[in-house]
Amino acid sequence: MALIRLVNVTKKFGEITAVDHIDLAVEDGEYLCILGQTGAGKTTLLRTIAGLLKPDEGEIYIEGKLVNGVPPEQRNAVYMFQQFALFPHMNVWQNVSFGPVIKDRSSEEVKEVSSEILEMVRLADRKDAFPHELSGGMQQRVALARGIASGARILLLDEPLGALDARLRVDIRRQLRKLVKDQKLTAIHVTHDQEEALMIADRIAVLRKGTIEQMGEPHEIYSRPRSIFVAGFVGGANFIEGNVVKIDSSSSSIEIRGGYEIRVSDTSKRVGEKVVVAVRPEDISVGLEEVSGSNNFHGKIESATFIGGSIEYKIRLENEETVSSRILLSGNLKTYEATEGIVVSFSPEKCFVFPYPKAGLLQEIEAI
Amino acid sequence: MPEVRLVGVTKRYGKILANDKVDLTIKNGEYVSIIGPSGCGKTTLIKIIAGIIRPDEGEVYIGGRLVNDIPIEERAIGYVFQNIALFPHMTVWNNITYGPGVRGLSPGETRPLALEMLEMIKLSARSDAYPSELSGGTQQKTAVARALISRAELLLLDEPLGALDVKVRAELRHELRRLVKDLKLTALHVTHDQEEAMSISDRVIVMKKGKIVEANTPIELYTRPRNLFTANFVGEANFLRGAVAQVTDNGAVVHIGDDLQVMTNSKDKSLGDRVVIAFRPEFTSIGERETLNRLSGKVVDIIYSGSIGRIRVELANGDEVFVKKGLSFQRPMLGVGDNVMVSITPENIVVYPYPEGGLDRELALE
Repeated sequence: MALIRLVNVTKKFGEITAVDHIDLAVEDGEYLCILGQTGAGKTTLLRTIAGLLKPDEGEIYIEGKLVNGVPPEQRNAVYMFQQFALFPHMNVWQNVSFGPVIKDRSSEEVKEVSSEILEMVRLADRKDAFPHELSGGMQQRVALARGIASGARILLLDEPLGALDARLRVDIRRQLRKLVKDQKLTAIHVTHDQEEALMIADRIAVLRKGTIEQMGEPHEIYSRPRSIFVAGFVGGANFIEGNVVKIDSSSSSIEIRGGYEIRVSDTSKRVGEKVVVAVRPEDISVGLEEVSGSNNFHGKIESATFIGGSIEYKIRLENEETVSSRILLSGNLKTYEATEGIVVSFSPEKCFVFPYPKAGLLQEIEAI
Repeated sequence: MPEVRLVGVTKRYGKILANDKVDLTIKNGEYVSIIGPSGCGKTTLIKIIAGIIRPDEGEVYIGGRLVNDIPIEERAIGYVFQNIALFPHMTVWNNITYGPGVRGLSPGETRPLALEMLEMIKLSARSDAYPSELSGGTQQKTAVARALISRAELLLLDEPLGALDVKVRAELRHELRRLVKDLKLTALHVTHDQEEAMSISDRVIVMKKGKIVEANTPIELYTRPRNLFTANFVGEANFLRGAVAQVTDNGAVVHIGDDLQVMTNSKDKSLGDRVVIAFRPEFTSIGERETLNRLSGKVVDIIYSGSIGRIRVELANGDEVFVKKGLSFQRPMLGVGDNVMVSITPENIVVYPYPEGGLDRELALE
């Protein structure tokens, strides 16, 4: 049975429907990320689960119990937001043990629980420090420790790493996931950072305009995006317009600008259908020779950008289309100096094919 | 021409040394980024160059002129900060044409400048839009246009992309760099995001505790960081403690515990030196037929993020090595518990003296 279940939940602010008839089930022990852009409704959704907002329609169940009328503090869930909200006049120890104290535990028990949790977030040696004496990452860990010390089994995390430096964020991600798993907690984590979601979550719900556009394991969302939006927002992709001109048993041919053809393994479209082919930058290789079995295009490099560990090329193809290719470096820093005579290759299996969007491709991509 | 030069710039806040005798030269036309952990002094430094903060000691030169006593509005700079500071009740056009940059100019003089700016940020068609009708990225571009309408040749950017979503941020990087290069500006860009710094800049400056610890091109900084802190800060890395067991013509051989040895091409180490070897997870091979520096271990964890597999391998000596691989190269797929060979070619290993205060303290991000 799902630990948290939302049935048809809707929340409106005046004219705006922030959360639009959402169904969602989160399993006990699961780490779920709600991924979406600013304004997608993800914070509203989380606050509704927390009990900080009342849904206009729909039901929320926690541990099988309808909680629509249950106040936040009785939902067995702790809501944590980006600004850590520690008590500035209390030291780390007091901040962390505050939760259990108000839950009427014995002082022995409070001491034990608090010590254990501080140990876990690796702040035992800073227990006398005040929040302003700590770095952002440490403050965030104190806030987490306090949330866990409260005894709640559900963590509702609203951009919990948003206020941290990019590099620190990468380290804290791992720690956060480990903590949730070790303590057998259930977490719902809201973020706009797709890389964060891909790394930390068991499952991801991609939210767009108040509805769940796709839900699944990170690998599934990445390797089988169901829409142009998801392909572009999670992982990123090159989008190429075309028309299906031929379908056989194992592949289709799509004619693109300039009369060139792309072969794709997707055979689900119809001949004559207008489509969009999406190819991830990391699935496009750059070389000097054609690769057999792949789609090959000649072109010239417009720019090469080094992004620590990988190189991103922008390449203008012979049909005037521009694509990006991202190559993960693996030791030898072989880069292409020559701008002309480059061949880009991508395999038919790596092409996603989507129906051409009604409002036009640009409109759809610009939303990403 | 706006070459920027700082000599011995120091700024204290009470007991805290925000900038500690900083020397720095930014060449005319250069795009330079400053990165460093929170509290390293990077924001103080850019504000000193802008003239928002006065240094306690040292000199600031812009275009060869000492500007310590010159107010911000006379320094001929464009300044853009994180919180997009557009006037909400004014259109894009009015936001761009209102402000210190064009103060004192007649509408006839302002108009061509504004048109040029709008053209530059590809927003000519939206000049009548209000900020609330624009995306965050477009608002920030408008702020850049406003900063540049004064024909400033030095652009100071203080976390300009910080308030935007990750995706938008990545897009705007390219545009920002193109803009700076097309207009032949000199740019100094403060960011907390190393990836942003590396992809946008000609040169990246790393600060720690008020000091510049390293300044180099992105690729040098990433592949041959000169110190341990930088190696950890500009990207993930493996760090293994060891001691030099042998010195050969090709370089030092480092013993890392158990019976594991790693050949490096470091030439300046002596027998018995305590060292730390560092190498990037993506420059580390796994299960491949390398001949040098093969270390056996067991896979303890695999996390996939998009196209990349992040594999943790525990070596025989108990150390963990982290390997990052594109999934398309990972056939057959690895599983937790698999025994594997990890290897690193010597040219991808950087060797550092063991830090006096210990490795953890040296690497600390906070």
